[in-house]
Formats: sequence, C-alpha cells, structure tokens
Amino acid sequence: MKTILKTDDLHKVYRLGGFINRVRINALDKVNLHVQSDEPVIISLVGESGSGKTTLAKVMLRLIAPNDGQAIVNDQVVAGKGAKTDKKTFMSMVQPIFQNPFEAFSNYRTVDTYLLRTAMKVSGAKGAEAEDLVEEALVAVGMRYADVRGKYPNQFSGGELQRVSVARALIPKPSIIIADEPVSMIDASLRMNVINLFLKLKEGTRTSFLYITHDLATAYYISDYIAVMYRGTIVEFGNARAILSDPQHPYTQLLLGSVATMGQKWEEADIAMQDMEATEFVAEGCRFRHRCPLAEQICADVRPAATLLPDGREVYCHIVEREMERI
Amino acid sequence: MISLNELVATYTTVRGSVRAVDGVDLSIPEGNIVGIAGESGCGKTTLLKVIYGDLTYPLALEQGSVNYGFADGAGREVDSASIQAYWFQRISYIPQSSMSSLNPVIRIRKQFVDFLEPKANKDDTLDRVRQFIQQLDLPPEALDAYPHQLSGGMRQRMMVALATFFQPDIILADEPTTALDVVVQKGILLLLLKLQRQMGNTILFVSHDMGVHYQISHRMIIMYAAKVVEYGESPDVFSAPLHPYTRMLIESLPNIGDDHLRQGVSGRPPSLWDDLRGCRFAARCPLATELCRQEEPPLVEHRPNHFAACHYAGDVIPTLELPA
Repeated sequence: MKTILKTDDLHKVYRLGGFINRVRINALDKVNLHVQSDEPVIISLVGESGSGKTTLAKVMLRLIAPNDGQAIVNDQVVAGKGAKTDKKTFMSMVQPIFQNPFEAFSNYRTVDTYLLRTAMKVSGAKGAEAEDLVEEALVAVGMRYADVRGKYPNQFSGGELQRVSVARALIPKPSIIIADEPVSMIDASLRMNVINLFLKLKEGTRTSFLYITHDLATAYYISDYIAVMYRGTIVEFGNARAILSDPQHPYTQLLLGSVATMGQKWEEADIAMQDMEATEFVAEGCRFRHRCPLAEQICADVRPAATLLPDGREVYCHIVEREMERI
Repeated sequence: MISLNELVATYTTVRGSVRAVDGVDLSIPEGNIVGIAGESGCGKTTLLKVIYGDLTYPLALEQGSVNYGFADGAGREVDSASIQAYWFQRISYIPQSSMSSLNPVIRIRKQFVDFLEPKANKDDTLDRVRQFIQQLDLPPEALDAYPHQLSGGMRQRMMVALATFFQPDIILADEPTTALDVVVQKGILLLLLKLQRQMGNTILFVSHDMGVHYQISHRMIIMYAAKVVEYGESPDVFSAPLHPYTRMLIESLPNIGDDHLRQGVSGRPPSLWDDLRGCRFAARCPLATELCRQEEPPLVEHRPNHFAACHYAGDVIPTLELPA
C-alpha cells in the first residue's frame, strides 16, 4: 500500500520573547500520523486555535522547517530529516489552498495568469499545452477557461474564487492538496459547493486532501480519517466516522459537545471557562489535564502514548489505555 | 417594543450611494433574543449600526426611523438621532471582532468608567463591576489588567461584561463569538443566555452560523441582499421555513451523524448596484417563476408571527420538493 501521508515524530518549536523572558512553544510535539491507502483519502485535521494545525500544514508545505522528525508524502520524504525531493517534484506532489481566496490572489492581476504560470513553471508546459492543462483543471472544478479569462479576483464570489484556487492547485496533478480552512471565509450558502467539490475530486482526479478546519460538521461530512489536535499534540486519530460518532479522548468529547448544531439544544450545565496560558505548550504529561474532568496524577507526570483501539484509532490518553488493558 | 419603520440606509461611495438596508419594516417585542442571519454583504451589520444610531459618514439613514419604546426626559420618543445619549446605559453594542475593540493602552477598569457622568462615583461603580465580572468567571484583578494580558476568551467576556453591566434594555451583538474556539464560544453564548434571562433585555444577535442561532435565538430575521426575507419565531423558522432561501440555508449545512448529501446554493447574491427588479433571490431560486422576476414580494404575515417575502410562501412551497 502507498503511504499517502506520514509524519514521524515531527517537532517544531517557536521561540517567543527576547533574551531574558524567552518562551519556547512546542507548536508540534512529536506528531505521528500515518495514513496508508491505495485509494485517495480525505484526512481532516481539527482543533482549536493554537493547536498546531496550521504549523503542521506549513511544515508539510515546506514553508517552515521542522526542528526534528520528518514528513512523508506519497512514499517520499518531503520535509525534515532526509528530505531530498527537489522543489519542482515537491510542488507537483503537494499543493496548497489557503483560507481567504481574496488574499491568495492579487487584486492587480487577472486570475488566469496564476493558472498559466502554474502550468508553465510547475508542470513545465508551454503555450497551447499550458492552456489545455488550465482548461482541464477548470473543467474538473466545474468552470471553463472562458469564465476566468481576463477577470480580476473582485469579479468573483468567494466560492467561485476558491474554486479557481482549487483548479490552480490541480494543474500539476498533485497526490495531495493541503487545504487550510478553505471554507471558513465563504458564506454558508456557498460553502457546500466547495466541500462537495473536494469529494468529487477525490473520485474524479484521485487527489487526496489534508483538510484543516475547526468545523467538525464539515469534517464529518467529507473525511475518511480525522486527527484531533490539542496544543501541539495529537489526542485522537483514526476513522472519522468512528471518532466523531463515539469520541474516546476527553478533549474530543468536550469539543464535540461544544459544537452549535441544529437539532439538539445545549443543556445549561455550569459554565466552566478556564483560561490557558502559553505554559501549556511546554508542560510535561498530558497537555489537556488542566481541563480534563478525569485527570489523575499520572496525567501530570507521564505523557500518554498512543493506545490502539480495536477500530484502528489511536487515542493518547492514560484513562483510555487503562480501560483497554482491563478488556 | 422596538419598531423599525421602513428603514433605508445608504453608503456614500465614489460611484454614488448604495442601499445596504432597503426597506426594513418590522417590530421586535421586548425580552427576546433576535438572531439576524444572512450572507456577507446582506446588510446585517448595517442594520445594527442604524439601530445603534451610529450613523457616521459614509453611512446615512435616508428614510425611515427606529422607535426604541422609551422616552427621553422631556417625554419625547427616543429615535435613532437621539439614542446616542443612552449608549451603554439603555442600549449597548458588542462589535464585530470585539476581542480587539478594547483600548490597548489603558487599563480595563478605566474603560468601564469611561462613559460615566463626571460627577458619578467611580470607585463605587468599580466595586460593583468587580462583583459583576465574577459572575462571568473573570477574576476581579482582571479589571486592573491591560487588554493584551488577557486571553481572547477573557477579552470577549470583558466586552460582554461592558455591554451588560448597566443592564441596558437593548444589546446589539455583531458576530460576538466568530473568532473564538467552539469550547469558548459555547461558554460565552450560555453566559449571554443566562444574563438575558436574569435581566430580560432584548438582544439582537448577528451571526452567520445557523447552529448558533438555533441554540440561542427566540426569533430569527433572515436577510438577503439588503432586504428582510423572513422573520418569525425560531422554532417555526427552523422547522418550517417559508422562504426558499432560508430553507436552502438550513438544509445546506451538514450535521455530525447525518450522512445526507448536502448541496450549496448555486450562483451568488445580486450586486446592490444593479437595477434590482422583482425578488432578489429569483436568480438562484429553483422555484422562481416569471412573477418572481417581475414583481417584488412584500414581507407578509403568512402564519401568526411568521413573516416571509415570497410570492409562494405558505401555499405552494410546503408541497414542492427542492431539487436535490
């Protein structure tokens, strides 16, 4: 089986502050993800702000270098120790889509120049060949070259422009597209058009996606795998449906219970709102223990390792580990 | 009772003026949480600004008036021109991205007494504020901090405290939780609900998240392209929406545990610069007829307390299935 995505003890430290009051933040703390499949998959990465999702995306996109560990895409090491893949091969394998399409495209350039440049520089096509590649990619997202020729970003709606950025990412036929919050800037009525497009492309062009989001409902809707992150660590990773319908880690349970959904009203339990500081990023033991209702002494002393559950998911929790041992 | 009478609000631009709120006419009973939903650019924030009386260039109230249901000292009805005198005392505003709305260079306690009259006893008020913020799970010392010393959730709660401390009759909240994580968002929304229940004030709450509206709103206003297209009690709007736009908005969102295929709404809202005729949603509406394209539907009460601006609301739509 092909390795679609693998991270091996990926570690990234940010250093904040000056000489005296320097703070180290472990934005990624030994992150291990492993997805093997012959079919294209959609992997969701969910978590709150500051959980390290965007840092992971940036490492995968080679925008920042990890301090330790490596990332593997499509059986090739793309970042970290032993990454030898040259830039062009890398860009034809991994492509990004960003959060705000209006910021991703310059207002002073027509959007088709971005598409043609990608076709020429990354895919190495020339002239009419490049135009064919662009047309092919646009057709895949339900548009035509004629729709975008000579148009500026402000002539599109957010949803349309995001389609164009998906088309741009598709031109080199990458094996994985890394989409960082691709729909959070798009209006609710247009959001599903982009989400459904990802599903269609998974079948049609056989592209895998790493979908980074804080929206659990869309993550449930499209993903095959899901990784829940908390303060730079993975807390639960595995089959998306299994995890979201029956979360095991206390943090995943808290997160799911907090989503404002239609159909079931919240119970007015006592509202506990602790405030977490940067210290959580460097803490020993389980990062979530301060907010965890089940926390024990071991949670403060030892960092939980991955516990493999029968349905194939990995849960990083001492309590779950003990439960499993009993069974 | 807050009455919005034929409001038309315009923005002056180099291309001329554009109507961001176009003929909004409805009344809001007291003691309700009223949710306002719609796409970006549909006029939600502009409507709040008009109600708040924050009418500074380029925004202007071209037509219509707002009645707040209370009178000034001389017995005259307060309207959007004279409401400024009551800011934070009877009407308060939690602005969009309110996390960054606190003044970064002065301590929070000073921002609390900023709008008190000069002769008022500040220490006394601050003591009461210290008591009050503990209800919001904020430590009393947080009042002595500068905004950057607090986390995002704390700053947001501080804004909620600022907006609710004087127990105003009306609170306007513009996307108060959008930048927050879901766990913190739930805490703040439940807090807002609790305070509203204690004080019985009216909250106008803008959000684009229908799930949030489902959780807290008593009534819903759905806006589309500067118009109100649907207004009613939340349970009715969510269980039996009358306007096709509302239906598509609700049905397009996925839910955890529900494997139905969801469809977005195709097309995009019309530009407010165009010469708009007929129903503004007609171009995207799967049920639109020639009548919709020609004649603008008025906002009509189709069921008790449930208004919709659709020619076919109430009679035809419930029997028609939206194409999947």
